[in-house]
Amino acid sequence: MDPMESIKQTYFQECDELLLAMEEGLIAMENGEADSEAINAVFRAVHSIKGGGGAFGFETLVSFAHVFETVLDHVRSGTLAPEADVVKVLLRAGDTLADHVAAARSGGFVADDEVKSELSALSNAEAEDLSASSADIDGLNFAPVMIDLDGSATPPQTNGNWRIRFVPKAGLYAKANEPFLLVRELTRLGTVEATPDTSRVPSLAALDPDESYLSWNITLKGCEDRQKIDDVFEFVTGDCELDIEAIAAAEPDPAPAVVTIADDVVLPAEMGSVEAAPTEKRSVAASGGAETQVRQTIRVDLDKVDRLVNLVGELVITQAMLSQRVTDYSSQQGAAVTAGLNELEHLLRELQEAVMAIRTQPVKSVFQRMPRLVRELAAQTNKQVHLVLEGEATEVDKTVIERLGEPLTHMIRNAIDHGLEMPDERVAAGKPPEGTVILSAEHRSGRIVIEVSDDGRGIDRDRVKQKAVEKGLISANENLSEEEIDNLIFMPGFSTAGQISNISGRGVGLDVVRRNIVELGGRIGIGSTAGKGSRFSFTLPLTLAVLDGMIVAVGDQTFVLPLSHIIESLLPKASDIRSFGAKGTLLNVRGGYVPMISVAELLGIEGGVTDPAAGVVILVESEGAGRMALAVDNIVGQRQVVIKSFESNFRHIEGIAAATILGDGRVALILDIDGLVSRCRDGRRHEMQQAVGA
Amino acid sequence: MGKTILTVDDSRTMRDMLKLALSGAGHTVVQAEDGVHGVEVLAASPMVDVIITDINMPRMDGYGFIEHVRRKSSHKGTPILVLTTESEPAKKLRARDAGATGWIVKPFDPEKLLAAIRRVSP
Repeated sequence: MDPMESIKQTYFQECDELLLAMEEGLIAMENGEADSEAINAVFRAVHSIKGGGGAFGFETLVSFAHVFETVLDHVRSGTLAPEADVVKVLLRAGDTLADHVAAARSGGFVADDEVKSELSALSNAEAEDLSASSADIDGLNFAPVMIDLDGSATPPQTNGNWRIRFVPKAGLYAKANEPFLLVRELTRLGTVEATPDTSRVPSLAALDPDESYLSWNITLKGCEDRQKIDDVFEFVTGDCELDIEAIAAAEPDPAPAVVTIADDVVLPAEMGSVEAAPTEKRSVAASGGAETQVRQTIRVDLDKVDRLVNLVGELVITQAMLSQRVTDYSSQQGAAVTAGLNELEHLLRELQEAVMAIRTQPVKSVFQRMPRLVRELAAQTNKQVHLVLEGEATEVDKTVIERLGEPLTHMIRNAIDHGLEMPDERVAAGKPPEGTVILSAEHRSGRIVIEVSDDGRGIDRDRVKQKAVEKGLISANENLSEEEIDNLIFMPGFSTAGQISNISGRGVGLDVVRRNIVELGGRIGIGSTAGKGSRFSFTLPLTLAVLDGMIVAVGDQTFVLPLSHIIESLLPKASDIRSFGAKGTLLNVRGGYVPMISVAELLGIEGGVTDPAAGVVILVESEGAGRMALAVDNIVGQRQVVIKSFESNFRHIEGIAAATILGDGRVALILDIDGLVSRCRDGRRHEMQQAVGA
Repeated sequence: MGKTILTVDDSRTMRDMLKLALSGAGHTVVQAEDGVHGVEVLAASPMVDVIITDINMPRMDGYGFIEHVRRKSSHKGTPILVLTTESEPAKKLRARDAGATGWIVKPFDPEKLLAAIRRVSP
């Protein structure tokens, strides 16, 4: 790739990080928790976005960032207090800057005039002419500010010959400037004759090594452009006396030169090329106070990590295979080998966990997108919303994070649009006018639980039920539990809003959210109290690469059931099994009836146990149909299996989630409980549920 | 022979751009991400010929870094170029007062960057 193109990619990556850091700092300001370092971090973020943007010629971005930065500069210097309405403008400016970055990346136009003028109003910048072309904005304009040194505004046009008197002060040397280099630089402009003036050098005894005693009289011939001479001395302005005057054409040549600087001085640009030494690539956690420890990270191609994950998976399988073989050939000498293999198993488990951990990231990256969403929704709905984020540091697999954004966005929309009431309604109900939405993440027993809760009106179950009947999703006389009613809102084709609002109703229903979560191997839980609020929780696996499974035998086949769906396993008595309808079977579990299906029958496997009472029943929780009893022959064991995608190697099959390789080297299919259940429930579900309810 | 140049900037983009321009001209580039890191790198690399530093950085900004180099390090005489988008005289003056040798205005063009280095280092 073209190196500039690759740096541009880096720039956009960095922009994403900087925008997050900026957002975080602005929110801290909004909550009144921002210290000066936090404000500085916001300033730096905007400043860096502007700096990089300038390098790539993103002019509208730079011009907006400049106005934004100016206001932030006032805030950090204390001339502008970060009060609520100021921060509100800053937050909007932050959103607009994010839009500018997006537009720079993938094209598009950002209407920023309004925000820009609000920003300008804040910085009292009458001088800030919004219509000014970006070239007027400093930072874009390369030409440095020049200070006219000799006071003559327009030097007379000359024949290109100049007389320069250059008297360095001690400060020039203290700043590591070097007269020789400046004279050498002049040789690039023309022929130079430089005469040192040593008259002020004292006797050695009186010489102060830090003082400056030498000065130079220089003549430069053949340089038409006075500006170029000024440029040479740009860095030493103020640290020297400098007189530059044109030599009139008639004037005689000055005194003979004592020192002549040759043109053939070796210049860096002509020097041999040296390979750049490899330097460490480190990236700093974008924000945090001065005391925050800087975490060192490396950027690794995801493919490389996945290769590693895969290899470790293979290693685990090989290990399991070996241990199986050793057990099979078990003898006296086998015991020692088995002990070694057990050790190896422990180490491998640790290695596997460590490798999986590489793929994890804090959920922060997706959580941080929500404050903006909330602000926009609050503005659109005229509701007052306070968003609380908890557990942002909770880590989960990158793929899970990537696919979490959409469902979360949807749930937050839902909470604000349907959950929270209008401020006056809230006040009438004895609540504060501002509604609270809490987005939290935490690890709970090897899974991650993400919750979106609000303190709004809660789910109106009568209304939900009525709606579901109207839509033909359930029949009017169906007797549903509260939980079942709540779950109706995740049914395809369900929408409670009387009219489709432009916020929640974007053609996708909550059923899409459920599908997304289920595809990730997760589940959705709902809790709601009328008048108090609702809570939606997503329970997701930490990784998509391995799975804790229960190995079961059905006929001559072996299957893996995801442990996350299993509630319990039972040895049913013949008296607990009731047949229902033509094909249905119900299982009595401690007084309640649960629909039972035979895996053998469902998948058409022969040679297995036909009488459920002779086999084992596994009680599972499925998304759509609640509890189900799966009849299998027996349980082989419980272990962690490496998931091998079925779809990428074969094709999607309803009811089968993936495949894995067992310790004995055999391939086993991982059952998709929800798919399996829906495979059998078509046409039978209502029958069964009515029977269960009856 | 190329020089060894320490670049101190919290922006990865800017570090990459500096490195591209400098190593393309035959210089060896050593990088640091902020003033504190710059001080550490400098202590470990005695052979740095030129330092290029940003001003706005976390932990220790450019001014603090320059002051440290001029007062407390063994690199008192090493030329320091300041990277800045602010061409206002005030910011440059403050960097100069801290001991900066010269400055480069961002976005820089590689030619001007190399010219600035040439003006401060043999």
